[in-house]
Amino acid sequence: MIKGKVYKYGANIDTDAIIPAKYANLTEPSDLGKHCMENIDTEFAKKVRTGDIIVATSNFGCGSSREVAPISIKGAGVSCVIAKTFARIFFRNAINIALPLLECPEAADQTEEGDELEVDLSTGEIKNITKNMVFTAAPYPDFISGIIEAGGLIEYTIKSK
Amino acid sequence: MTIVEKILAAHAGKDSVKTGEFVNVKVDLVMAHDLTAGIAIQQFKKTGFDKVFDPRKVVLVMDHYVPNKDVLCAEQNVLLRDFAREQDLVFFGEGKGGIEHVILPEKGMVLPGEVVVGADSHTCTYGALGAFSTGMGSTDIAVAMATGEIWMKVPPTIKFVYKGKLGKWLGGKDLILYTIGQIGVDGALYSAMEFRGEAIEGLSMDGRLTMANMAIEAGGKAGIFPVDEKTRAYLNGRSDRSYKAYEPEEDDEYSQIIEYDVTGLEPQVSLPHSPENARPVSEVADIEVDQSVIGSCTNGRLEDLRVAASLLKDKTVHPRVRCIVIPGSQKVYLDAMHEGLIDIFVEAGAAVSTPTCGPCVGGYMGVLAAGERCISTTNRNFIGRMGSPKSEVYLSSPAVAAASALTGRITDPKEVTE
Repeated sequence: MIKGKVYKYGANIDTDAIIPAKYANLTEPSDLGKHCMENIDTEFAKKVRTGDIIVATSNFGCGSSREVAPISIKGAGVSCVIAKTFARIFFRNAINIALPLLECPEAADQTEEGDELEVDLSTGEIKNITKNMVFTAAPYPDFISGIIEAGGLIEYTIKSK
Repeated sequence: MTIVEKILAAHAGKDSVKTGEFVNVKVDLVMAHDLTAGIAIQQFKKTGFDKVFDPRKVVLVMDHYVPNKDVLCAEQNVLLRDFAREQDLVFFGEGKGGIEHVILPEKGMVLPGEVVVGADSHTCTYGALGAFSTGMGSTDIAVAMATGEIWMKVPPTIKFVYKGKLGKWLGGKDLILYTIGQIGVDGALYSAMEFRGEAIEGLSMDGRLTMANMAIEAGGKAGIFPVDEKTRAYLNGRSDRSYKAYEPEEDDEYSQIIEYDVTGLEPQVSLPHSPENARPVSEVADIEVDQSVIGSCTNGRLEDLRVAASLLKDKTVHPRVRCIVIPGSQKVYLDAMHEGLIDIFVEAGAAVSTPTCGPCVGGYMGVLAAGERCISTTNRNFIGRMGSPKSEVYLSSPAVAAASALTGRITDPKEVTE
């Protein structure tokens, strides 16, 4: 079970906002995490605590294919990202490195910065403790669940070799 | 089946595929570059495969931060070169190639009907040749390098039909900026964008490569153009491999059909901080600029440099403006030199660089300070993309970027030619 405080962002949060390209050759997730979101929110990396949750609206992660984008989010300590929709390359990258993503337009609309959420990844249930509301995210297609259950794409590939 | 469905079915070993279906497809080419190959190599090593599936089909291009921009790059690039040598990969280093999406088509490494995946979001460029190509992250690319296969979800196709003829000084960049302005940066999310119509038939291959390149900027998984006589003429002499050109059919099913009449369309400029903020140049013509960048995987081809040179010839770049011209490949550089274009740029007071992605990603070779504005032929104008988060990037065609370099403000090319 995931429990954390919400950092709320809007639509089309791009990969340059998540991690500027000038840091793209850092390799340690924690180093990347220190610069996460700095182009649009200089305070984020200082304030975020392990387990906290990013909530955004549509097309989260648009732009570049840089895998350091989900790695920096994970490196900052974020436990999962909830959005209305995700950009497709970001979606693949996050699944591949085991950063949980939940697509849930209702939760994205009705959750505010600072709200406390409890998320059950196995059922997709998102509980907003602050507002006393419950939402359910769309389940992953079976194929994607297979990759997640294997522990990521590399493990999935080894298993099916 | 649409062109995209036919290509994916053929590579999945199936008679047909449906939108939304998950398929494992064989890839014809896998690509990574200096910013994404590092993680791909680490992940490849974890798969337990000793060798890539076919070293002739795995390409490593050094283009983002080369020639090495700092010590960290220099040291990481040693690892990439070592891996390329160990695995005997197709490798393009400094002075040998250029920007990946300029050189792969140029060298005949992508043909119609093929499937190409690359650890770069602009891998969708090769759709201009009638190939299915798409960008992925480093881990996906590591698996494709190891196995020669990758999973895909068959995307729906949106058909875009462009009626009418483009006016003078307009090209593929104006069409794609206009399109993204109309549908938004998530207007084609998860979809393939098929480009059709009279204006598309009239476009050069360089113009089509520019359009397909920016399909990702509308959230698209791929851009695709039917193969025609221009495609065949472009491919002539570039490769001796055979290829299959998949034709669109009358009864193809599209998720949407969107038509535009481009008669009288003005050159387009996308304002900060999103490619969807496209405006006709006349609406933004008083905005002063400090820098003009002409180059990139979007607009660093010979036709782009010809257009820019035709405007800069016998003229001088505005005293306040830094005009930076970056040929997209060694071949573009050489051809531009032979045609006298490089002389025109240098004499006009532009800085000409070796091929690199450099300023487009805010890496080097034209990074912006707080408060500075740049008109640029690149593909993204996100906050901080080209440097300071307080700088601004305006996206345009090479014609608008060159005209603006002369006047110091965003300028319609016809203003400096009439």
